[in-house]
Amino acid sequence: MSTIAHEPGIDVVIDLVDAVAVLGSFPALAGATLSVCRGEIVLLRGPNGAGKTTLLRLCAGLIPLERGHGQVLGVDLKNDRELVRHRVGVIGHNNGLYADLTVTENVRFWGRTVGATRAEVDAALRRMGLDGRLADLQVSRLSAGQKRRTALAGLVARRAELWLLDEPHAGLDAAGRDELDQVLKMAAAAGATVMVASHELERAAQLATRQVEVVAGQVREIGAP
Amino acid sequence: MSKELQGSAGVFATARLISAKDLRVERRSRVLLNQVLPFALIVMVMFAFALDSDAILERVAPGLVWLATLFSVLVMVSRSFAVETADGALDQLRSAGVPATGIFIGKMLALMAQLLVLVALLVGAAVVLYRASFSWEGGVLLVTTAIAATCGLAAVGTLYGGLAAGAKGRETLLPLLLLPVVAPVLIGATRATESAFGTNGIAISEGWPWLGLLVVFAVLFSVAGAVAFGPLLDD
Repeated sequence: MSTIAHEPGIDVVIDLVDAVAVLGSFPALAGATLSVCRGEIVLLRGPNGAGKTTLLRLCAGLIPLERGHGQVLGVDLKNDRELVRHRVGVIGHNNGLYADLTVTENVRFWGRTVGATRAEVDAALRRMGLDGRLADLQVSRLSAGQKRRTALAGLVARRAELWLLDEPHAGLDAAGRDELDQVLKMAAAAGATVMVASHELERAAQLATRQVEVVAGQVREIGAP
Repeated sequence: MSKELQGSAGVFATARLISAKDLRVERRSRVLLNQVLPFALIVMVMFAFALDSDAILERVAPGLVWLATLFSVLVMVSRSFAVETADGALDQLRSAGVPATGIFIGKMLALMAQLLVLVALLVGAAVVLYRASFSWEGGVLLVTTAIAATCGLAAVGTLYGGLAAGAKGRETLLPLLLLPVVAPVLIGATRATESAFGTNGIAISEGWPWLGLLVVFAVLFSVAGAVAFGPLLDD
């Protein structure tokens, strides 16, 4: 049940109402309300410790919803949060890649965790511009930006519908950041929903279709950049 | 069907995927070939220098083979989980809903395959360095002992490797956790190998009950690991 009014025909991917999530005994999210539709790129902004990462982890089904209402991709976070995990891609400070394997082997590995075919893996590599010379390079020889792109290709191969990215621009040079933004825009255009927690407000605001602020565990709508 | 399996590959497909990936990583990095095998051989040679008596070496050869294996297991388990944690792949596997039981079985099988290669080489070293020998019948006991013992070691190693993976000071924590638990494998495998080698005139038939102990240990820890690995990773 969605408790927020949406235009008919718009696919709601994240629907949280008064969501409470607790880390230890600390309520890291204290009544967060947020609604995100398919194809949006949402920027989460806010100070350190405000609850941005907790919000991402809640939406990924990694931590329990203590109170309130929460649905992600139509899955009830209170009772079935494990069911959402394979449909969501989470990338934090690490890329989750194996340095000794090639780009193709890494993307194929992640694709096969959901039974992706070779054609799907090839398509993911093409979509991220990782076919050709880069495909057979070992990950240990890639630049930071290329590694991040390989990780995102893994999300495409895994058919992740919701991409939750925590500080994705961190550690990238200017070219790598441009590359990343381009990839995320392409992903959103292809139907993925992207939620980005970032301190790089200027850059992330250019990328996002909408901004929300997380302050003291609550979400405040800012609107379009 | 458990919730985490829906939409993701099943337990056995995941196990196959993980073990193939681990063996491919090993083929590329050659850590077993270039570091673990030389380390184990050096341990065997150092024992030969330290004991410096053919009679003693012949008597203790089975124990030395399995001691060198235990020391090597520590290196191999650390390496197996360092590959997973270096860039957060283990966290990604869990957050992607990949079945933990499949991860456990896959990593265990890859470790077991590498351990079997190591034990074969160490038995060869014992034959050359310590003049150990075995009959055809002893060879059968030796092979089954190696399979059961490496299965048990791989199960415990994977379970405790996963437990220590996220911990501070995991390099020193792992030996502390692992070595006391695998003592029954050391004892059982050594006794069974003594029977296979005919050390001190021990009959081959005396080795089979020790093999039984190894099988029970392997089954117990394989099942316990398959069940407990997910909650351990999540914690």
